Amino acid sequence: MNEIWSGIQAAFWLIITLDADLVEITLRSLQVSLSALVVACVIALPFGTWLAIRRFRYRRAAIATLNALMGLPPVVVGLIVYLLLSRSGPFGVLGLLFTPSAMIIAQIIIITPLIASITHQAMRELWAEYHDLLISLNTTKRQRVMTLIWDGRRTLMTAALAGFGRAIGEVGAIMIVGGNIDHATRVLTTAIALETGKGDFALALGLGFVLIALALVVNLAIHALSRTEREGTW
Amino acid sequence: MNHPMSVCLTNVVVKRRQKVVLGPVNLDLAASGVTIVLGPNGAGKTTLLKVLHGVERVSEGVVQWSVPDVQARQSQAYVFQSPIMLRRSVRQNLAYPLELLGQPKSEIARQVVDWAHSIGLQNALDLPAPRLSGGERQKLALGRALIRKPKVLFLDEPCANLDGRSTREIETLLRDATQTGTRIIMTTHDLGQVRRLAGDVLFLLNGRVHEQGGASAFFTDPKTPEAKAFLEGDIVE
Repeated sequence: MNEIWSGIQAAFWLIITLDADLVEITLRSLQVSLSALVVACVIALPFGTWLAIRRFRYRRAAIATLNALMGLPPVVVGLIVYLLLSRSGPFGVLGLLFTPSAMIIAQIIIITPLIASITHQAMRELWAEYHDLLISLNTTKRQRVMTLIWDGRRTLMTAALAGFGRAIGEVGAIMIVGGNIDHATRVLTTAIALETGKGDFALALGLGFVLIALALVVNLAIHALSRTEREGTW
Repeated sequence: MNHPMSVCLTNVVVKRRQKVVLGPVNLDLAASGVTIVLGPNGAGKTTLLKVLHGVERVSEGVVQWSVPDVQARQSQAYVFQSPIMLRRSVRQNLAYPLELLGQPKSEIARQVVDWAHSIGLQNALDLPAPRLSGGERQKLALGRALIRKPKVLFLDEPCANLDGRSTREIETLLRDATQTGTRIIMTTHDLGQVRRLAGDVLFLLNGRVHEQGGASAFFTDPKTPEAKAFLEGDIVE
């Protein structure tokens, strides 16, 4: 109980003094997770929607695989990305290992199936509702996908936020591919792991509270910007 | 000489799970007027409309429009029995078909306002369409179909579950549409509506056309016992 109280105090102190290290790793956490989220959304939203409206031979298998990939162990993803980006790996020449870019790549791989799967579920219902109308209006496949994404944008935001939640809280993969290097690849989660390892539970908890607050602030900001609750009844 | 949008069905059959739900149907439909498809539930009315519109594939036979298929589809619109509302405002619902056609925004905005007045929803333009009442939704669906100025308009029981006033408003819109040259093919169970609107009637039973001809002749002198029984309100099988 003492440590929790100390953690709250530490978090409070870190925030009101705008601790330089805290600001740096918080901004890096945001940079990595939001970058991964944007790229993952660009891939997953159209793909999940396409999967909802397109009928093809191995569709069921594709959906089952996508759902299974939601449970990808981050540590395994980290290991695979590490091997691909290491000097002896096929992409070693790019020199991305132990950089924020490597962390973004790992997070994209982790959250894309999650966002695509939630998107598929949501779009399947919307497609069932819109199917006859969009077919009747002689829409192209691209127009159908764009219409579903636009009209289902509030549900898709939930998918994106789920992806962001997983990305910002992820530690296993980014620890492996980022290396938790101070002033280079250290983010909130890896810093928490480090401080816990050092036995500084108060600071670790403080960082943890900052992480939770950050996730809440980003969620609330996105909800506010997209006016979810004001127009949420349709 | 064929009018640009007449249609001919030759030996058309639609099967679902090996069961025939429509056909064989041989039919010629002229390019103008109002044709009403009548028949009991399960007779194949909706299937026939969807076949004509090209959204239901035929298992056998040929549907031949007098224009190329692509042109035919682009000149048609369909209003469903349960109107499908996009999760957008009334304004955006009306604009949607024009946006698909790539019309300029200013032109779309002008037409949307004009049509909102025509369908009596000028004060609801910025309301979410799914929040409208049943009659308003049906009028919006009709306006959204007519805004493209289709040559052929299909309607599947457009006034089902509507009160008398809403029904009359829909019928007025349909009459206006026919006067501007839109061909109407619709289904209904309302024989009063058939008398008010129909130029000719198709009577379907068990997936087959039992009777086809002018509306007045259909009512005064039905040729088949099934049609006669249907008009008298008997159960026909």
